Amino acid sequence: MLAGVLHQIMSGIATGGIYASVALALVMIYQATHHVNFAQGEMATFSTYIALSFINAGFPYWIAFAAAVVISFAIGVAIERVLMRPLANAPILASVGVFVGLLLIINSLSGWFFDYTIKQFPTPFPDKPMLGGYLSGHELGSTGVTLLVLICVYLFFRHTRLGLAMRGAAFNATSSRLVGVRVGWMLALGWGLAAAIGAVAGCMVAPIVFLDPNMMSGILLYAFAGALLGGIDNPLGAVLGGFAVGVIENLGGAYLVGTELKLTLALAIIVTVLTIKPTGLMGRKVYSRV
Amino acid sequence: MMKMRTSWLIALLVVLATVVPVVGFTDYHLFQLTMVVVYAIAILGLSLLTGFNGQISLGHGAFYAIGAYTTAILMTTWNMPYWATLPVSAIVCAGVGFLLGLPALRLDGLYLALTTFAMAVAIPQILKYKAFEEWTGGVQGLVIDKPEAPFGLQLSPDQWLYLFTVGVAVLLYVIAWNIVRGRIGRAMMAIRDHAMAAEAMGINLPIVKTRAFALSAMYTGLAGSLGAIAVQFVAPDSFAVFVSIFLFVGLVVGGVSSIGGTLIGAAFIEFVPNVADKVSKAAPGAVYGVILIAVMFLMPAGAGGFLRAMGRRVLRIGAAPEPLVDEEEEVAAVEYAPVVGDLVKRPLASEKHNAD
Amino acid sequence: MTNLLEAKGLRAAYGETKVLHGLDFAVRQGGVTTLLGANGAGKTTTLRAICGLVRTQGEITFDGKRIDGMATEDIVRLGCAHVPEGRGTFMELTVEENMRLGAYTRPAREATADFEHMFDYFPRLKERYKQQAGTLSGGEQQMLAIVRALVLRPRLLLLDEPSFGLAPLIVQEIFRILARIRQDAGVSILLVEQNAAIALEFAEDAYVLETGRIVMAGSSADISQDEGIRRSYLGY
Repeated sequence: MLAGVLHQIMSGIATGGIYASVALALVMIYQATHHVNFAQGEMATFSTYIALSFINAGFPYWIAFAAAVVISFAIGVAIERVLMRPLANAPILASVGVFVGLLLIINSLSGWFFDYTIKQFPTPFPDKPMLGGYLSGHELGSTGVTLLVLICVYLFFRHTRLGLAMRGAAFNATSSRLVGVRVGWMLALGWGLAAAIGAVAGCMVAPIVFLDPNMMSGILLYAFAGALLGGIDNPLGAVLGGFAVGVIENLGGAYLVGTELKLTLALAIIVTVLTIKPTGLMGRKVYSRV
Repeated sequence: MMKMRTSWLIALLVVLATVVPVVGFTDYHLFQLTMVVVYAIAILGLSLLTGFNGQISLGHGAFYAIGAYTTAILMTTWNMPYWATLPVSAIVCAGVGFLLGLPALRLDGLYLALTTFAMAVAIPQILKYKAFEEWTGGVQGLVIDKPEAPFGLQLSPDQWLYLFTVGVAVLLYVIAWNIVRGRIGRAMMAIRDHAMAAEAMGINLPIVKTRAFALSAMYTGLAGSLGAIAVQFVAPDSFAVFVSIFLFVGLVVGGVSSIGGTLIGAAFIEFVPNVADKVSKAAPGAVYGVILIAVMFLMPAGAGGFLRAMGRRVLRIGAAPEPLVDEEEEVAAVEYAPVVGDLVKRPLASEKHNAD
Repeated sequence: MTNLLEAKGLRAAYGETKVLHGLDFAVRQGGVTTLLGANGAGKTTTLRAICGLVRTQGEITFDGKRIDGMATEDIVRLGCAHVPEGRGTFMELTVEENMRLGAYTRPAREATADFEHMFDYFPRLKERYKQQAGTLSGGEQQMLAIVRALVLRPRLLLLDEPSFGLAPLIVQEIFRILARIRQDAGVSILLVEQNAAIALEFAEDAYVLETGRIVMAGSSADISQDEGIRRSYLGY
């Protein structure tokens, strides 16, 4: 029994790493713009398809992976520069409309370029059980990759000048302008980074859930739950929340509600957090009003 | 107060829309028109909540599904006649809407959108849940018999269904029109435009907002019931997140607070896939996405708002000078389009930003 | 003496609301000028207009170069620093990070030397270097805001109500330090203040704003002796 629980927890941490990454991407954009990127999942899926294209073209896995990450970064920057500027002062409905529109377009692009059949996505990690059988090679590897990405992002924001400028731009755009920070480009970089992180998450999850245009919609939901649980304006909280949701999902799915209702569990987390403590466990701002 | 001319015109159009298709169209085209009416009612429900009350929902597919399944279950498990399932469905959906409206009180625009989106994603899983399989038919869903025309009328099932749906629609639209023009409607819109001021004026926010939710859910749920009867089939995967998204698209295209626009939006989401599908399976989604963004940038009041503004101009050109009272009442009445308070401001394309 | 900053016919509006109705003023090279006026006169808007934070019409010339219509980030790089109303502190960041952001446009080595210089003026900031800026007192945040502007090595310093919400003793301390800075660095200053007494003491030239128009201009000595001004703005 205990072994089973431990297995679920470790698996949960593995998938939690993916939710944490997507949650971080969501929070990065939210913090800087106060918009929720409903299209984050679709962008990650599209990135994964890009990686698959490179792989099918004969490139080694990690080259394809890197190419997908870089291209996704560029796409993220482009989306921000083209679509997002007018949204700065727009009413919420307009912003929701644009993001949902983006979701539809990217989802369709995935389907159009890469068709709707379910595809297999390779894993670069060995297929054998690791850590005494608690984790598969891929789960361990993907956890390592996502942790590496999260740590790099953290170091970038804490210890580089550019990272500081991006944080400043997210917290106080006007003051940032006044010290010479080009806020618009900071936002674009933020989008690029979020898109790149999404690409990593997509490549890590595709071997498990198989690749089709709708691959990420469930994962997006878990990422939302994680981001809200941790605090949607707190990157560290979002990451921890993502891991927590991964574990809760696995434990809940195994012992409480059965694997068929896992998404409902995510929904329940979202509703509970927003009703009881909308700022999340580690968040700061109050943002609900009647 | 509608000008008498307009209401006679609308009545005439309704009669034409009812008679002409039944007489002239094939069964398949009638089915398509029936679906247009069904979607129109669904979008009307969404419009009541989002357009008139400012609560953004990306999860109305859930209510559509609940209505559909209620009807299907009542008809298959308890052999209830199709028309009798409608009141039950209305009550069930209104109840669920009310219950969902309670936590929604605490959610600000974006968070409500997020939560309803989550609901939309989770719905198919709930519908497939093994514990409910006995009633819901699990993954395979339920099949419904098509109703025959009553009283021995010489109509095909599709013709009868079309008339029935239009009849229900007319009733629902008239009710919605009256609600929106009345005190409740004004309270809803006051909350949408400025919640704090509305509260200061004595409007009870929780009551109005939860009731709006219930009303909205009821409408979309009834649409789901009618849709289920028309399609003769319900299955969990028919109610994936895209239903909610397409309803939202239909709402925006028609105009978020345009009652007439709901028909335009419904026609859009019924017919665009038919045409776009011929290009590729991906085309409908892309078309919706592009149009959604385009509307936000160019015409946030949607087609309905645009046409109404045009219509006002046309009707005014031919008319004798109107007493001032009429115009004030019209302005104070239903549709603010193209300027719908804070919810839909001027198009994004006209926002010019300094620096950067 | 040449003017570092010149404005001709400066107009500004927030959306539909017109706030400035054609201002003409100047700041001399190495001089200190103050803008006085009641709340809502448009003083803050004037500073924001110079920085490109609001849409303007009319001419603004900085060191001979037209800056109206330029992006804020570029104006700042020309040597015009703004200490905004309300301090503009990056609350969630530390004092150190606030200062580093101030030095964003400067090479790292130069900036670090400047930091030491700043601590000479404001030793309290050195004490609080690693603290979150949001936990600083109002006076300390004001000092931090000034430092953030100064590490830019600006030629023109725009100060928006530095005395706002601060105790008189702190205000005096800050202005004493500002005088020192002005002497050491030779920076020109455009000061917006509601506290007319201290502003007129500090500045050499003064303009008085009333609902978006300049109603009086002259040396601060002359203006502080004007009966009408004394009654309206100094209260005696």
